[in-house]
Amino acid sequence: MIERLRKIAIWIDDRIYISKIYTATAGHTVPRTSGSWFYVFGSGTLLCFMIQIVTGICLALVYVPSASQAYTSLEYLNYQQQLGWFLRAMHNWGSNFMVAIMLAHLIQVFLFGAFKYPREMTWISGVVLLLFTLGMAFTGQVLRFDQDAYWGLGIGAAMAGRVPLLGPAIVHMMLGGPIIAGQTLSRFFTLHVFVIPGTIIAIVSMHLRLVLTKGINEYPVPGKLVTKETYIKDYEAGLKKNGVPFFPKAISKDLIFSGLVLLGITFCAAYFGPEGPHGIPDPTQINTAPKPDFFFLWLYGVLSLMPDYLETVVMLTAPFIVIGILFAVPFISNTGEKSPRRRPVAVLSVVLIFIVLGAFNYLGTYAPWSPKMEAWTNAATPINYLEGRSPLERQGALVFHNKQCINCHSIGGEGGLRGPALDRVATRLTSDQLVRQVIQGSGNMPAYGKNLTPAEVAAVVSFMQTLHKPNEVPARDATQPEQKAKQNQRDASAQAALARK
Amino acid sequence: MAVKELEVISETSPERLHIEMPRRAFLLKLGFLLNGIAATLVSVPALGYLLSSYRKEGGFTSWIALGSLATFPENQTRLAKFRNPYTHEWDGQTADIPCWVRRMDGDKFQIFAINCTHLGCPVRWFQESHLFMCPCHGGAFYEDGSHASGPPPRGLYEYKYKIENGQLWIHGGQLPTLNQPA
Repeated sequence: MIERLRKIAIWIDDRIYISKIYTATAGHTVPRTSGSWFYVFGSGTLLCFMIQIVTGICLALVYVPSASQAYTSLEYLNYQQQLGWFLRAMHNWGSNFMVAIMLAHLIQVFLFGAFKYPREMTWISGVVLLLFTLGMAFTGQVLRFDQDAYWGLGIGAAMAGRVPLLGPAIVHMMLGGPIIAGQTLSRFFTLHVFVIPGTIIAIVSMHLRLVLTKGINEYPVPGKLVTKETYIKDYEAGLKKNGVPFFPKAISKDLIFSGLVLLGITFCAAYFGPEGPHGIPDPTQINTAPKPDFFFLWLYGVLSLMPDYLETVVMLTAPFIVIGILFAVPFISNTGEKSPRRRPVAVLSVVLIFIVLGAFNYLGTYAPWSPKMEAWTNAATPINYLEGRSPLERQGALVFHNKQCINCHSIGGEGGLRGPALDRVATRLTSDQLVRQVIQGSGNMPAYGKNLTPAEVAAVVSFMQTLHKPNEVPARDATQPEQKAKQNQRDASAQAALARK
Repeated sequence: MAVKELEVISETSPERLHIEMPRRAFLLKLGFLLNGIAATLVSVPALGYLLSSYRKEGGFTSWIALGSLATFPENQTRLAKFRNPYTHEWDGQTADIPCWVRRMDGDKFQIFAINCTHLGCPVRWFQESHLFMCPCHGGAFYEDGSHASGPPPRGLYEYKYKIENGQLWIHGGQLPTLNQPA
């Protein structure tokens, strides 16, 4: 009996090459040093991708890619479809984990010099995978067809529309028509479900085949230089001397990490639940402040804080420059030292890039550049800014709210951050300068001359002058004799102090 | 002639290869050519299908009624909406497009697209300060649509309008962008 089973097994193996495939893949020899905690991120990313495929297929069974019904079907998934909320949450958290772990993988292979000779194409295929993964993140955000998705598409179209000559054609191609509507969603559904994942599977296959054929990078040793003449010979000699089969000798840490990732995604999904959908995708609901998902917040920041005159140029060229640099990395530094201990520029670049991205992302979480559109009706004026004020000054406080000044300027920590906080503005500007600033605007401030009566200007300026602390010296007109100015100051401070009593 | 030669020349002799190669090379070339023609025949309609969403300037736009003049009081700026002329049943609410209608004295109007000229977010009108503000990157526009502050590269996009039979009509139908304003 056993002999017969053995024969069957051998027959199957002979016909479909299982053992040969095994030796060439899971059982292939890797340097013993690659069984390191630093080498777990690639397999972690692959695991996330598989989670995305499985959960994505499940979601596609229910989701309706139609502009009129996508939103309803998402609500259905959240509240009616059994465990639909959980699968949506898994898919969302899977994508967060995937981008995060992929970035960790990128940093690790960069710092360990894994992109150097002869693994240039492994790096380049990895960069392509990174771009396609970000493409999945953006198109996925569109499929969560809510207000943010709608206006996010508008932002994408506005950027594409800046391309000289071809702009309008690109916008029509991207939207599948003249406006963001049903055909736009169908397009992004196709990209997200067929085109990009299919390409990712193909390129992952290439990436893995390269890992098998060119070998995984050995743990870098400071002082051991890569040269084109000796590297491959040394690597193969190393494999003979110190090689172990990937399975079962070098896979344990990958397994542990993957298990933790799966637990992490499941925990986050169960605890935090699915993301959105937020407001309905109805363009006539204009009381909205669109915001991108976490991984694109840095872009939101960059687009807000860049000088205006640079914007179009940067929008249309920066992506190509950045991608070009990423592609060029293995050719800029093709041989030589691999260890991060001997590559200070590489280490500093990583630190610098991630500090910059992190800072922009942090700013993006509270978007100080956006006016607070509701502040004029719902922000409070601090009581100590009203106590003991004259009727004119209190009128100024009303003007400050009614004319939406507070949407951009804060007082007492309430209000927008687009313009400077105005608590101490009277220590920087004299009353004449304040009047001029309000009426004419300048820099980033609109001119209010046509929309405020002289009485309103006088009121708001007198209110501004009461906000600073009594011991802070108000700004003075340099053309006035100092004696007189001091006298004025003293009078003003005394008045202010009295008023506040 | 060739057939006769084949009979007398052995399988591996160079002469035989010499005779057969041109035929194989020809068949290979014919194969490539045939597939090239077929691929062109397939890809032309496929490309036409893919590119059909592009139309020249004016290909998507037409006159759209916004409502009777009475709905727009003088010296006021009001939000109006219209059904986009190019639409499908499955577009749902996404084909309902809003715009800002500013009626000046008499029958003089300005009709602004909702989209900020910076990156397309919906601008909001503030009656009190007579400003349009954008919630995204902080652009602001004056009452007449001109640029007031912030990153937008130009004033608000303006639709052409006309008045017929007591109705206000605008010329629109596509998402306005920098190189293709409304």
